[in-house]
Amino acid sequence: MMRTVSFTLNGKPVRVTVDDERMLLWVLRGDLGLTATKFGCGEGLCGACTVIANNQVVRSCATAVKDVAGKQVLTLEGLSANGKLHPLQDAFLKRHAFQCGYCTPGMILNAYALLLRKPRPTRAEIIQHMDDNLCRCGSHVRIIEAIEDAAGMVKGGAR
Amino acid sequence: MKRRDFLKIVASPGLVVFFRVDPALIFQEPARLPARQNYPTDFNAYLKIGGDGRVACFVGKVELGQGAMTALPMLLAEELDVALDSVDIVMGDTDLCPWDMGTFGSLSIWQFGPVLRAAGAEARAVLLQMASEQLRVSVDQLQVKAGVVTRTGDPSKRITYAQLVQGKRIERHLEKIPVKPVSAFTIVGRPAARKDAREKVTGTAKYAGDIVLPDALHARIVRPPAHEATIKGVDTSAAEKIEGVRVVRDGNLVAVLHERRDIADKALALVKTQSDRPAPTVDDATIFDHLLKMAPQPRTVAESGNLQEGERQAATIVDQTYLNSYVAHATIETHSAIAKIENGKATVWASTQGPFSVRSAVAQALGFTPQNVRVITPYVGAGFGGKTGAPQAVEAARLARIVGRPVQVVWDRGEEFFYDTFRPAAVVKIRSGMTSAGKITFWDYRVVGAGDRNARQFYDVPHERTTSAGGWQGGNPPGMHPFGVGPWRAPSVNSNTFARESHIDIMAARAGMDPVEFRRRNLTDSRMLRVLDAAATQFGWKPGKAPSGRGVGVSCAIYSGTYAAMIAELSVDRATGRVQVRRVVLAQDMGVIVNPDGARQQMEGSITMGLGYALTEEVHFKGGEVLDHNFDSYEIPRFSWVPKIELVLIDNPDLPAQGCGEPPIVNVGSVVANAIHDAVGVRLLQLPMTPARIKEALARG
Repeated sequence: MMRTVSFTLNGKPVRVTVDDERMLLWVLRGDLGLTATKFGCGEGLCGACTVIANNQVVRSCATAVKDVAGKQVLTLEGLSANGKLHPLQDAFLKRHAFQCGYCTPGMILNAYALLLRKPRPTRAEIIQHMDDNLCRCGSHVRIIEAIEDAAGMVKGGAR
Repeated sequence: MKRRDFLKIVASPGLVVFFRVDPALIFQEPARLPARQNYPTDFNAYLKIGGDGRVACFVGKVELGQGAMTALPMLLAEELDVALDSVDIVMGDTDLCPWDMGTFGSLSIWQFGPVLRAAGAEARAVLLQMASEQLRVSVDQLQVKAGVVTRTGDPSKRITYAQLVQGKRIERHLEKIPVKPVSAFTIVGRPAARKDAREKVTGTAKYAGDIVLPDALHARIVRPPAHEATIKGVDTSAAEKIEGVRVVRDGNLVAVLHERRDIADKALALVKTQSDRPAPTVDDATIFDHLLKMAPQPRTVAESGNLQEGERQAATIVDQTYLNSYVAHATIETHSAIAKIENGKATVWASTQGPFSVRSAVAQALGFTPQNVRVITPYVGAGFGGKTGAPQAVEAARLARIVGRPVQVVWDRGEEFFYDTFRPAAVVKIRSGMTSAGKITFWDYRVVGAGDRNARQFYDVPHERTTSAGGWQGGNPPGMHPFGVGPWRAPSVNSNTFARESHIDIMAARAGMDPVEFRRRNLTDSRMLRVLDAAATQFGWKPGKAPSGRGVGVSCAIYSGTYAAMIAELSVDRATGRVQVRRVVLAQDMGVIVNPDGARQQMEGSITMGLGYALTEEVHFKGGEVLDHNFDSYEIPRFSWVPKIELVLIDNPDLPAQGCGEPPIVNVGSVVANAIHDAVGVRLLQLPMTPARIKEALARG
């Protein structure tokens, strides 16, 4: 049903008046014009649409916009501050932890949620946490290494 | 090879080089074939030196993730003697870039590299000549560094490329300018930072689905339930009740459109269709008999000696059949496009590997001349051969013309599986023999379905015959495949390598010999022996007869001019049938390496992707109905599957750069099959080697 939904997006308050059953992915991409968050499968199976809501991982293609009402939503556009890359972005950049780059926004944000919860994850914990984010180009090895790099850089937690 | 020599080959009447490397032309419907074109000979088509000294590089290739955006500027910067950071690249824009056949087959460096290098070398020679006239110093006394020409030993005599060119087109040309020798390289061969890195880690990288145009509509198209089905009736009345929905019917194209993608999705879900569908006659279980029945006449690919003579010399004969399922490209970005038509000119942003063939297809669909169609290729969310064509671009252009507004078409995951051009299923029959000393005496190889690329074996066999019937390139009898097939990363070669290298391993086991030693004994090709030895050394290979219980396997292949030997170690859970690949060593000789880190990335990615077709990837279908709609039933590799990967890059400066991104994948199926046999003593003859098939094989013993 049409409603005004308010939440915080990348640190700024937003209000959208939409059918609040619509999926967050399409509201972000269509109504709010933020295209870093990608469509991959539409059923929460690939992780390309991963965003963060109140420090939790959310599959935005399968999450209604009403479910983030009042929450702090973070997309990849909001991760770097004043042009300075977040340590995870820096690690992905330096490791070349991507090829086509299409799954990268979801990978970085999923890793961000892990480091919030577990600043120094073991390799096994990284693999387990990342396992449902799919990458077709086969950048997995480098993504794991980039997360390890960032975990070393981000002392005591992400940012 | 010099550019003109390359063009000579391309333009010569035999055309062997040109057509062999041009799947797009084979793959497109004949009516959509572009007129035969070659790379332009004028170096200005590839580069422009700006007034600020920055160099714009123009190529018809696209960035699919393979790193061409970085490797190609490295080649140009090397030949021009400018800083890599000063080169900006424009890719896959048909209005700005020179014609190109498309980005596939590991050809960007191998085939197009020499063209770009020759352009850079000629431009540099012209610039030096101009500098010589301006500075009144003979050319042989001049040197160039980072786009600055100076007199050797006298830096006061200096002029920059930017000053020489003054932002203008260079109107002078020189004949027969050699490219740099490898020994003089200062950029090529060193790791370089990817030019797409910052955009990709910040989310500013744009893909075709991210292009926003004012007033655009998102279209969802009504699809039949199966490829052989015909839609008889479409009821859009419920969909039309949604505010803002527009319905288009244009012949067989029925679409619902809305300004918001998800509302168009909702409208499509309300569309009711009736269709006629003949009863399916084949499915994923019966496909192999069907292929044997439907295949065209086999063609002889290679023949030498006399098979009967070889059979007479044999002490042991091995006869086996290998099966390979259809696999999907399953890129995370689905086929996407947005089209606008203004003043009789169409502009289409498309995720495609072949912008110039898409231009022809869009022009044909609209009745426009190709000059009135511009295809722009933003970043592409991977291809692997699946985006050779771009039917979604034609759909977007047709709809944009009808509604008079820009139209975006982004296939959903179900459409992506349904309209994918799968790697064809295949049957390979091999009958071979060897002496009691383990020397192969004959090799009779018959492939059906996969195609003939690298079907011919490379061992020392006195009597051999290789035949091939049907393939991914088309030319298959109607009904042979229930849906589209096409190139999939290293087309034909995964199926042929799986069969050949499994068979070689079976022979080694029958001979009671170590599989590495058996291969060595039957090889004289020094490049192959070198990569095999390099892999064995890196792995720490300990000779032994399979099955040894260790779970180790070896496999060798040649593709795209590259030699590859792979050794893997894995474990098999006998209770669940699950395989965990623990370690993969790959030694590869690919000639000169342009960007070592880029090459490593491609090799890691290719190995990882290969685990999918080896272990799980298989299209399920009933006739032309594709039963896989998403990643739940069609499983691609995950983080938890990835082994420790060790790469040995063999330096071979005597050879120009060869293909890099495809060769690593071709050994994965066979190396896993061979290692499973070594682990548990059962031989898997069908890809993928799913837990169910492994358990079944174990139960059979």
